[in-house]
Amino acid sequence: MEGELADMGRYIGVGLTAIGMGGAAIGVGNIAGNFLSGALRNPAAAAGQTAMLFIGIAFAEALGIFSFLVALLLMFAV
Amino acid sequence: MADNAGNGVGMPQLDFSTFPNQIFWLVVTLVVLYLILSRVALPRIGSVLAERAGTISNDIAAAETYKQQAAEAEAAYHRALEEARAAAARVVDEARAEIQADLDAAIAKADAEIAARAAESEQKIAAIRDSADAAVAEVARDAAREIVAAFGISADATAVDAAVDERLQRGAA
Amino acid sequence: MKSRRAGPPVFEGKTDVAEASGGLVIRPMDQFEVRPLFGGDTVGIFTITNVTLWMALTIAAVTLLMVVGSRGRALVPTRSQSVAELAYSFVYKMIEDVTGRDAVRFFPYIMTLFMFVFFANILGLVPFAFTTTSHIAVTAVLALAVFISVTVLGFVINGASFLRLFWVDSAPLALRPVLALIEVISYCVRPVSHSIRLAGAMMAGHAVAKVFAGFAAALGAAFFVPVLAVAALYALELLVAVIQAYVFTILTCVYLKDALHPHH
Repeated sequence: MEGELADMGRYIGVGLTAIGMGGAAIGVGNIAGNFLSGALRNPAAAAGQTAMLFIGIAFAEALGIFSFLVALLLMFAV
Repeated sequence: MADNAGNGVGMPQLDFSTFPNQIFWLVVTLVVLYLILSRVALPRIGSVLAERAGTISNDIAAAETYKQQAAEAEAAYHRALEEARAAAARVVDEARAEIQADLDAAIAKADAEIAARAAESEQKIAAIRDSADAAVAEVARDAAREIVAAFGISADATAVDAAVDERLQRGAA
Repeated sequence: MKSRRAGPPVFEGKTDVAEASGGLVIRPMDQFEVRPLFGGDTVGIFTITNVTLWMALTIAAVTLLMVVGSRGRALVPTRSQSVAELAYSFVYKMIEDVTGRDAVRFFPYIMTLFMFVFFANILGLVPFAFTTTSHIAVTAVLALAVFISVTVLGFVINGASFLRLFWVDSAPLALRPVLALIEVISYCVRPVSHSIRLAGAMMAGHAVAKVFAGFAAALGAAFFVPVLAVAALYALELLVAVIQAYVFTILTCVYLKDALHPHH
């Protein structure tokens, strides 16, 4: 019984980490959207900034991956 | 999973017993890759790219030279054309002047000949006229002598002649 | 949690229920297991494992592209040679753009990192493959190597003035110590995020693909739905594999820039 309760709590926790992925999705979308609107305003400057775009996406995405990692740790390691 | 016996962790990534193995092979791989790339691949590709860039810039420079040469050749051609044209014009002018000179000379010669002939003719005419005058005077003298003789006047021949000449000259005047 | 460890693993417990209804057995983490290739159970430091195999295949792939592909040294490149030249000038230009011209002397190191991560990611997508870059041990070594060498390089080149990297001159004086603390923390967290990003992205994609593939086996006649999903996921994974290699390399360049020019 105690083990089942712990399992339940773990699964709830894993589900909650999915919210973190949503946050990362918002962040990545925000970066890409802002890049696109900036690039449409000044297409000449866009080509030089794609590296910055990917760096920003990488940072935002990393946090989503951290939440995924927390989920994995809850599922398999704890 | 490997932990069917229940002795491992659920995530193979957190199985620390495999870490030394992975790290060892990773280091070996990275060293091998670094040696392959830095000794063989990158210098080769870099030299190919540099060679290509050099070839392209050389070709562009050569093309520039050829273009310049072509422009020079065109200018020379135009210059030669101009010269030829000028020479032709000069030859034409010379020929025209020569012809003109010949023509002038011929005309002058013809004029001179005409003048000479005219003068000669006039001389002849004058001579003929003189001789005609002389003949008229002779006839007039003879006639006057005869007339005087017919009138029975023995007149001095020279006086008659003188009178006739005087009359003739007076008439001519 | 000790009691859980002693008992059957998580998915075993779950599949007990599922097996009763349709024999659904999904073990998404099995593919990440490190196994000895030639028998035996223990994984010692020199044991030839699937890690060894797939890293060797990575070396083979890099050699095939960069050495065999460019062997013609043709002035007008062949297909493989132009791909090799593309990879070369891609990384070269990235270093020039992000780090600066004076960083070109580190080109072979960064190229090694890029080629390894790129081909390990791509080869991991081959069915039944083992993805070396999905292991935190591997990516942590890569990220720590970058972190330590960049930090050492920063102190060797700039001396103590490398510490000015953490001292934000444009901020108000009162805020600077706080900002310096934050900067130091974020600097030290770099290898963590650098390594977990790559390993996590690889792990996530492969685990999800495995789960979907397990659905296909369980769904019977409707198997094509998860198969199509896996196909779409594979396209996304290919993109992720390339982008993660790119991101790993470009972050290395960014960190290197901090070491070479800490005042900007």
